[in-house]
Amino acid sequence: MQDTTEQLVELIKTTSTDLSPDVEQALTEARTQEQGGSAAEGALLTILNNVDMSRRTGRPICQDTGTPIFHVWYPEGGSQRKLREQIVAAVKIATERSFLRPNAVEALSGKNSGDNIGKDFPTIHFDEWENDYLKIGLMLKGGGSENCGAQYSVPSPELPATRDIKGVRKAVLDAAFKAQGLGCAPGIIGVGIGGDRVTSMVKAKEQHFRHLGDHNPDPELDAMEKRLHREINELGIGPMGFGGKTTVLGVKMAQLHRVPASFFVSIGYMCWADRRKIMTVKDGDVSIQSP
Amino acid sequence: MATKLTVPISEEQIRALKVGDQVSLSGVVFTGRDAAHKYMIENFIDGACPDSEKATYDLLKKGLANSVIYHCGPVVRTRDDGKYEFVAAGPTTSIREEPYQGAVISHFGLRAVIGKGGMGDKTLAACKEHGAVYLHAIGGAATLIAESVKEVLSVHKLDLGVPEAFWEIRVEDFLCVVTMDSHGDSLHDRIRAQSEAKLRDILASP
Repeated sequence: MQDTTEQLVELIKTTSTDLSPDVEQALTEARTQEQGGSAAEGALLTILNNVDMSRRTGRPICQDTGTPIFHVWYPEGGSQRKLREQIVAAVKIATERSFLRPNAVEALSGKNSGDNIGKDFPTIHFDEWENDYLKIGLMLKGGGSENCGAQYSVPSPELPATRDIKGVRKAVLDAAFKAQGLGCAPGIIGVGIGGDRVTSMVKAKEQHFRHLGDHNPDPELDAMEKRLHREINELGIGPMGFGGKTTVLGVKMAQLHRVPASFFVSIGYMCWADRRKIMTVKDGDVSIQSP
Repeated sequence: MATKLTVPISEEQIRALKVGDQVSLSGVVFTGRDAAHKYMIENFIDGACPDSEKATYDLLKKGLANSVIYHCGPVVRTRDDGKYEFVAAGPTTSIREEPYQGAVISHFGLRAVIGKGGMGDKTLAACKEHGAVYLHAIGGAATLIAESVKEVLSVHKLDLGVPEAFWEIRVEDFLCVVTMDSHGDSLHDRIRAQSEAKLRDILASP
């Protein structure tokens, strides 16, 4: 198996410093929607300048480089142990080179490990797949936006939300309202419907790997994604919560099977600095792409 | 046009600011976030300062008066000449400091707090009482803001970790927006109320 440590360092650097075109385009469009001279427009101009400067200087877009979340798809015969070793080594190097902030802090003592390595840190998901090449997705998930995530168990009398698409809509609107500007709006909302408490949230966060302009293959969810995108923007929370037309850049949803007794709606909130890239290693050739 | 503020800042300058004003800040300020605020409360405000923390206290007492605390956990590089440099330094979410901030403003005589997302009633009341404002920086604009950090003068409590330490920095033309002023007005309260009314309208349609 090829040693991809150096390529993984490059994947981390690119993810931390080079915002993907779909997100940058959505931010550029959002800017044109805001009133000239408003705080909302000012915020988006600053954001766009920052994106440009980070790309040119190779510096992190945001100082909160978050939890590095890796999704690894490897071919038959691959070794999870070796891949984990390479990812850990790459994370340490990327931290030394200031592409990542040392972010792994022991829960109770608050002690920082200094190199971004800790218990179950970084997060790594493994899947063996049928293809003959290796694919590694990386998402840098900041803490401020992570704190805006939520999980609803419906029926929920306080919303009130029912066990259907209407209930899902209420839960998502509630989460978007509660987030206000705290998760660095305009953000992207990933929704996992069904599953158990764990798989539901994993599915919600996986949605952030999707291209912002894609269409959901499920027509009911596709319609709801577009409706919620529009309705959340009508809340008027705006960039940074300053008030304005763009509160989210998109809503992405997926459903899972669930047991009859449970119905979870999980919300993964991603900040505007939606940092995610995908690396493929095929016949020794390595390439890094945006979703 | 942004109002220029230079540390030390007077109460008069702060009282002249209103929600929505843009501010361009220059001078020596300190970063401080979650662990730093907990540390200040436990060691300096609620408890008697232990001898081991006396030097840090004296420095902060002098440095924070009429100055600013910035909610930020930076990415820091050590240059070849041994000096520190901020690589990325955007604001972190401020609301986590809500239980502590009012007491810190009052004890140290802060004139401003910089962060993102806004803060709550206790902080707003402390701003009104003591003549301070909440300045909102642009979350995520870390490379751009690091450009306005011209010099890292010192670091304290580095044992709390790089993000959580007190970094004494000299900033130049650090751009922010006043979102909570010293007259009891909060942009965050306004937006919350407006969006709540809108949410009720949206939920009313099936």
